[in-house]
Amino acid sequence: MSNVENLIEVKNLKEYFNITTGMFSSKPLKAVDDVSFAIRKGETLGLVGESGCGKTTVGRTLLHLYKPTAGEIWFKGQKIETKQDIAEFRKKTAMVFQDPYSSLNPRMTVADIIGEPLDIHKLYKDKEERKEKILAMMEKVGLNSEHASRYAHEFSGGQRQRIGIARSLVTNPEFVVCDEPVSALDVSIQAQVINIFDELQNEMDLTYLFIAHDLLVVRHISDRIAVMYLGKLVELADAKEIYDHPLHPYSKSLMSAVPVPDPKIARANQRVVLHGDIPSPLNAPSGCPFRTRCPYACDACAESMPELKELSSGHFVACHRVEDIN
Amino acid sequence: MALLEVRDLHTAFTTPAGTVNAVNGVSFNLERGKVLGIVGESGSGKSVTAYSIMQILEKNGRIVSGSIKIDGQELVGAGEKTMKNIRGNKVSIIFQDPMTSLNPTYTIGHQLTEAIVLHTDRNKKQAYERAVEMLRLVNINEPEKRMKQYPFEFSGGMRQRIMIAMALACEPDILIADEPTTALDVTIQAQILELMQSLQQELGMAIIMITHDLGVVAQMCDEVIVMYAGSICEQGTADEIFYNPCHEYTKGLMRSIPTVNNDGEKLQPISGTPIDLLNMPAGCPFAPRCDAAMKICMRERCPRMEINENHAAGCWINVKKETEGGEKT
Repeated sequence: MSNVENLIEVKNLKEYFNITTGMFSSKPLKAVDDVSFAIRKGETLGLVGESGCGKTTVGRTLLHLYKPTAGEIWFKGQKIETKQDIAEFRKKTAMVFQDPYSSLNPRMTVADIIGEPLDIHKLYKDKEERKEKILAMMEKVGLNSEHASRYAHEFSGGQRQRIGIARSLVTNPEFVVCDEPVSALDVSIQAQVINIFDELQNEMDLTYLFIAHDLLVVRHISDRIAVMYLGKLVELADAKEIYDHPLHPYSKSLMSAVPVPDPKIARANQRVVLHGDIPSPLNAPSGCPFRTRCPYACDACAESMPELKELSSGHFVACHRVEDIN
Repeated sequence: MALLEVRDLHTAFTTPAGTVNAVNGVSFNLERGKVLGIVGESGSGKSVTAYSIMQILEKNGRIVSGSIKIDGQELVGAGEKTMKNIRGNKVSIIFQDPMTSLNPTYTIGHQLTEAIVLHTDRNKKQAYERAVEMLRLVNINEPEKRMKQYPFEFSGGMRQRIMIAMALACEPDILIADEPTTALDVTIQAQILELMQSLQQELGMAIIMITHDLGVVAQMCDEVIVMYAGSICEQGTADEIFYNPCHEYTKGLMRSIPTVNNDGEKLQPISGTPIDLLNMPAGCPFAPRCDAAMKICMRERCPRMEINENHAAGCWINVKKETEGGEKT
């Protein structure tokens, strides 16, 4: 049984990729290792972490673009298992990609790009209805109907991302994974696209998993934020709470590393600068993956991965020493 | 005399579609030991300004007019021989992408010593020692061992530190950093910025920091130049630019970024799309996207005007404020 209030629930999700290390040997790369979380209906969950921490893999596995190695995905209180479940599930979910340049087919017109999901899921009776749906969606994201017959290369980055959003939302999904949707855009255009996400969430009753590395953007758009490190979830809490009072040593350094666009705050900011680099996920340290860079690491950290515990209401942390250091 | 003086710099590129005026009349001074930030979106001419100083423009680009002086020495029109002397010794540059700016087929040690031998009168052995010393300076562990390794054996943050080591090996007076942390993760970005700040204090060089990240500017820079469509719209001390922006474009930028203070508020984006440099409007280049644009903005570009001794901007809105005689469209 699962909580019905949660639109989507992930339990002990694992995604391992086999990496060939020699002619006959291979090694599992644990991109996502035992991750559990839930997203409520109408909520935006932000997912942050450094490159290679597995945040994109979580998003893709969640939508069954990769077959999970282990673990369960529940959608509206129903476990997604059979092929039929997956097909139904995909109709109600969508993804917005990072790069508006490579994610749009240059040989298709804008109308065909946006209409393709409709074709695949056969969501219209006749051509008239298809066209109507496409134009309505284009209007929602702020594109003119004249743009329909043009090709993607004729548009700027911001407008291309609008096309990408329109394509994702034209099937009227309930859950959308946004994978770094604004990172490739100029500052002045980012705000336009963020606002579109905001408006459409209210209008179409959407639930987002918002993956990004720009923490100020994530903080702005998310209700709750999850922090990942080397395939593990290390902290999960309300957006403001985690930003103002991070408890995990990794989140602490991550939050303090954010360059704040305010000279006085930036000069006064006491940064916790981490030493060393993120270890390769192929040779992840034993126990807590963060211990090699953690200033508080002790023997227990090398032995076992700490569990994600609820420390205060809604604030989850996975750290052996969380009580000592806060 | 300022360390670097740029006066009325114009740089253009010849493309099949026509001439692109990437930099239109940029002037600024850089004093010794200061950090100058150049902010702007893609196509604003911030990198081209830097490349013009180094004279490392693409083949189809050229400095049309203007003057660039380092320590009083004129660089525009100076030959390649002079420039070779300037590059590395007086001005060094680090690029955005540490993955592509190192040669994958040579060891780090080879590339570092090569640069040092080329620019100083050290011999190979001295250059090797200097290279090891530089790697230690940028916090790379076991530098002797690392000297024998190839770029692929280093992570992105380490490669960027090697680029910084290479740029600083010949003790330049000016370091140009072209989006040095854009390709890096936040925690690594914090490491690199911290390193640049401490090296700057230690070695006393001046830095030109080119970025689109206002957070990086707030943290690093003493002075800031805001560029749009190849010209400077506003320049001043960091505090003036952040707390008292006087150009509509700067104001728009500040409103459009999420900060710690505007929780729950809607972001106010700058409308429209970035300018097409092949089709520049007659008046202020920002006017087509500006919410406060007046009739005069469409006709005529506002000259640079002093707001106070630390701050100048070129926006008609300030004239209107003074005289209250402006006409709204």
